[in-house]
Amino acid sequence: METTAIKQNSSVGIVEKQYYTFAEPPGEMTLESGARLGPITLAYETYGEFNARRDNCILLAHAFSGDSHAAGHYSSDSKEDKPGWWDFMVGPGRGIDTDKYFVVCVNILGSCMGSTGPGSINTETGNPYGLTFPMMTIGDMVDAQKALIDFLEIPKLHAVIGGSVGGMQVLEWCVRYPQMVRAAIPIATTMRHSALAIAFNEIARQSIIADPNWNKGNYYGGKCPDMGLAVARMIGHVTYLSDEAMRRKFGRRLQDKASFSFGFDADFQVESYLRYQGSKFVDRFDANSVLYITKASDYFDVVEQLRVPFNKDSPETLKYLVVSYSSDWLYPTYQAKELVQTLKRSGQDVSFCEIEADCGHDAFLIADDRLTHLIRGFLDGIS
Amino acid sequence: MVSPETDGNNIRFDLKIIASTIEQGSRVLDLGCGSGDLLAWLKTNKNITCTGIEQDKEKAARCISRGLSVLQGDLNEEVDDYPDCCFDYVILSQTLQQVFEPARLLHSLARIGRKVIVSFPNFSHYSIRLQLMLGGVAPKSDQLPYSWYDSPNIRVITLKDFRKFSRDVGYTILKEIAIRTNPTNSEGRIVDHFKDLRATYGIYIIEQKHND
Repeated sequence: METTAIKQNSSVGIVEKQYYTFAEPPGEMTLESGARLGPITLAYETYGEFNARRDNCILLAHAFSGDSHAAGHYSSDSKEDKPGWWDFMVGPGRGIDTDKYFVVCVNILGSCMGSTGPGSINTETGNPYGLTFPMMTIGDMVDAQKALIDFLEIPKLHAVIGGSVGGMQVLEWCVRYPQMVRAAIPIATTMRHSALAIAFNEIARQSIIADPNWNKGNYYGGKCPDMGLAVARMIGHVTYLSDEAMRRKFGRRLQDKASFSFGFDADFQVESYLRYQGSKFVDRFDANSVLYITKASDYFDVVEQLRVPFNKDSPETLKYLVVSYSSDWLYPTYQAKELVQTLKRSGQDVSFCEIEADCGHDAFLIADDRLTHLIRGFLDGIS
Repeated sequence: MVSPETDGNNIRFDLKIIASTIEQGSRVLDLGCGSGDLLAWLKTNKNITCTGIEQDKEKAARCISRGLSVLQGDLNEEVDDYPDCCFDYVILSQTLQQVFEPARLLHSLARIGRKVIVSFPNFSHYSIRLQLMLGGVAPKSDQLPYSWYDSPNIRVITLKDFRKFSRDVGYTILKEIAIRTNPTNSEGRIVDHFKDLRATYGIYIIEQKHND
């Protein structure tokens, strides 16, 4: 299979973050809660070129703390700056081949990486929204993306692809705009959160809320709830790893010392790692965005919408590729199988594969030829 | 587009026979589809909408990478989820002898498919009879090459057994094709006379008898 080798050292090159603003008052977007929000700005990036019919578009949906920067480098990047979060997957000759497809990645509504969220300025008051930002859902994120896709004059998406909370957006696209989607790849995701997943999110939220600097979400321009946000991230990180991965990566090894400190310093490597991840996150993410996005993912539930009765004569079905990871304990394989079961019962064309990996939930963000081959072959097979 | 991992002409002989019986444009489910050779052939040559089920993760991934719709999982469980009669054909090739509850599985297949195609190694082949009768040992053949202690083939089935089973359970046998294959199963021919003795495999197309 030489002809289909994955190109390792090709890149989309220098990319640029773009912005699209819509829903200007009085034409605000009505959210699922009934609240109205506008204007809304979305940060997005595109890679590759449109074909003549503009039907070669692939929409990437990023995970909870991700952003629109899926591939390539910014011209302002220094040598140390990493490329986009799915750079190994997206590029010329790669799994999502930018020689064939026009790829769009949008920062989600409620985030803080360029799109409108609780940290954005409310144009009515001139101050950041904070908790006056309306509660939004995964469906609202998708509705906002739909506005951008319409603006880009894309008649139908070749595929929507995403992992984790990105996978939820993929499913929401299939439920809300099935006529707009030819194929869907939900990865390491679920039709709805388990009590376990909600529990972890609630601990993350409470750690932010308990930080005295949080100040009911009104901390912009002052001291930020950094401790709370860091702890929230530490919890998140544990759920993204797995027992095996942590055993392999850290075990009970000590950090830069030969014996216990008999105190509360970071003795173990795993403690040190989590502290580092927590403090790194504080520099780039907004605590209120964590509250809003985790709540949106807890509310997410598409079981009933996907459970449509099978009709042999129904004109169009979507093509799905569901992927799970064997060591994912946040959205374990049994939840992916429930999704597959639901899709089968409603007569959808569905493929499924569990990938054997010990890296836990985050495995889809780690370069692995198996996922790349699955995605590329599946995309090629869409007629 | 299906990637041409094989040119389709070197698929197993029993699969060739099975493929030739399926009409253009049918909806097909292939259980234990392996690396997807039959599915790829059907999709390319007969414009057939097909799905496969394969337990082995690597094989399932290879199928998906070829652009085929395949579910990785246990076929006994996976078949339960489909709506009634959602396939024109359900194929169970060279797997029945490894199934723990064949009656239950066939019942499920006849529910989800209008027709079921089953193929299995014929245990009443004369070479098998001779090994047991003259040698007194558990028979081995090219089709059933394992020893008694390591065989995945937990059922021994003969053509006669399958006919009787179908009659008892209430399946109509629409077609019986007995084949004699070479050791690698790549070539073969159809057997018309003394099938029970000479066929290495039996292929059956069955359907559920309806009460109306």
